[in-house]
Amino acid sequence: MSLLDETFAKLRSEGRKALLPFITAGDPDLDFTGDLLKDFGKAGVAACEVGVPYSDPVADGPVIQASYQRALESGFRLQQLFEMRKRIAAKVTIPTLTMASYAIIYRVGLERYIEQSQEAGFCGAIVPDLLVEEAAEFSKLCADRDFNLIQLVTPTTPRERQVRIAESSSGFLYFVSVTGITGERNELPPQLIDNVGWLREQTDVPVCIGFGISQPEHVAKLGPVADGLIVGSAIVRRIAQANAENRGEVRGEIDRYVREMLAAINAVK
Amino acid sequence: MSGTLPKALSPQSVPDSAGRFGSFGGRFVPETLTRALDELVAEYDKAKADPSFQEELDGLWKTFVGRPSPLYFARRLTESCGGAQIWLKREDLNHTGAHKINNTLGQALLTLRMGKTRVIAETGAGQHGVATATACAHFGLPCVVYMGAEDIRRQKPNVFAMKLLGAEIRAVESGSRTLRDAVNEAMRDWMSSVEDTHYIIGSVIGPHPFPMMVRDFQSVIGREARVQSLEAFDGKLPDCVVACVGGGSNAAGIFAPFVADDTVRLVGVEAGGRSSEPGQHASPLTFGRPGVLHGSYSYVMQDDDGQTCDVHSMSAGLDYPGVGPEHSYWKDTGRAEYIQCRDDEAMKAFDMLAKSEGILPALESSHAIAKGMEVAGKMSPDQNLVICLSGRGDKDAMELARLRGEEW
Repeated sequence: MSLLDETFAKLRSEGRKALLPFITAGDPDLDFTGDLLKDFGKAGVAACEVGVPYSDPVADGPVIQASYQRALESGFRLQQLFEMRKRIAAKVTIPTLTMASYAIIYRVGLERYIEQSQEAGFCGAIVPDLLVEEAAEFSKLCADRDFNLIQLVTPTTPRERQVRIAESSSGFLYFVSVTGITGERNELPPQLIDNVGWLREQTDVPVCIGFGISQPEHVAKLGPVADGLIVGSAIVRRIAQANAENRGEVRGEIDRYVREMLAAINAVK
Repeated sequence: MSGTLPKALSPQSVPDSAGRFGSFGGRFVPETLTRALDELVAEYDKAKADPSFQEELDGLWKTFVGRPSPLYFARRLTESCGGAQIWLKREDLNHTGAHKINNTLGQALLTLRMGKTRVIAETGAGQHGVATATACAHFGLPCVVYMGAEDIRRQKPNVFAMKLLGAEIRAVESGSRTLRDAVNEAMRDWMSSVEDTHYIIGSVIGPHPFPMMVRDFQSVIGREARVQSLEAFDGKLPDCVVACVGGGSNAAGIFAPFVADDTVRLVGVEAGGRSSEPGQHASPLTFGRPGVLHGSYSYVMQDDDGQTCDVHSMSAGLDYPGVGPEHSYWKDTGRAEYIQCRDDEAMKAFDMLAKSEGILPALESSHAIAKGMEVAGKMSPDQNLVICLSGRGDKDAMELARLRGEEW
């Protein structure tokens, strides 16, 4: 059982929901990424997703794409992310996952990616462009090594396919709230609650909702139906303001925002 | 042309039902696009089996595009090379000036069949954008074209033409501001609009079924060239077929109908750019490695972290770090060979064709002309070599003037 599995098992037994922030590795640099991971742990988030910058992301909206570009321009290298994660291992006790394009995982090598991730302290990976049809090999390797492979389900995924995706996933299922790319939205689709509710009845794998979630009101509305909620662009947008002079300030602002969202999720019954 | 053109969209042994050409191809896209891709596969299968679809497309190719395009004997070029007889498959004579229109009309018809009401596309050199805007104007479909800001600068005449045809151009300012960034942006649009929008991909790239479907539509080039060759060469097929390869649609189109003919040598010409240094060329089949880009598994220019490398070609249509998966398959199986042509060699070939034959080739096609001449020079005069002249060079006139430091 991975640390992520343990975390969700505990939350479920306590009837609580998870908040999962997403941040981009290396934006503006890896030290800042490490600091945020430490902050999140202290604040009490359930787990954190760390986006691996990629030159050609397609699932991401402008906010996250720009963060990838900033990280790459400042010289981001995957091995440095692994080294940073290892260095702060003692200070980060929450489960952390990478979100990486399959282009990157394939280039590194499937087994090697899992090994290096685990050595660094990551307990799983979200691979937004690895469809269930192409996932057999990676999914098996992950299962053999107790490494979580988090796959995505979307509003356009037919129901029998959702079940198939659930069968090759572990850790949690990432339910994409909208047909589209990542980014903050005011309105979320009304049928979302029914769709997530249906999927949760089909599988024991926890279901978390992501894409477009940014406000405590979203949390209050979606919290009851999901195992957890993922918040990305709203945090990455705040990171975009960080520079050498105001780091403490930006960290403080993100901490306040995350705690506000946590308060909302902890209030969910 | 009196020979009969094979009617059905040519059946091929690859890809398999998962869209794999050997190990290449497949689908590496966000889950959001799966349903649209499945719908496209289903509709394309139905269309292939529906004679009225092929009939309508054939009719459009004939009366709107001006097909068949001629197979032209380049006498003065042949004399100057002193080897094989050089023939040009004149896709530059198509309506809108390139082979791209063959595919966009096919996909626009599919858009209507699927009941979708909006089209998006991306373009590098602008030829695919113009061809998509044209097909959309023909059918009354609204059309948005994504184009890198750098390519907009290089291809002003095509940008203006697209606007005249009623398309909306969206400049892409991210990354290298070229074709690859335009593809990313178009994919993102599609993710959000997939319910009512079809994305007309312009090359044999992207997730299944695009590489197969675009090849099939473009195969009209090779099917015609085959019939025309048999007529012109006393019942013989060409000894060699040469085409430029960016994403590789014109090459796939002219190669595919000859793939089963072992006697026909197939030569693809990649953009050699300024040199073989990283970042100075756009030759994934020569210098790249198998990897994932834009939805399929194929040769890609990537660094050790899997990040896509910057590439260069003076030709906007070849300035792309990936290549269609079927070319990767042909390369690895040895069925086709892939060589490079540098910017300066292509430029010389442009001048050569302009002055010896009175034809201004597109800069993309100039790469095929340059290497076609070289290959022909090493063959014997009783052999025939066909070069796919994929597009005309008018669109490149301003860029050529800039490269040569001439006033426009």
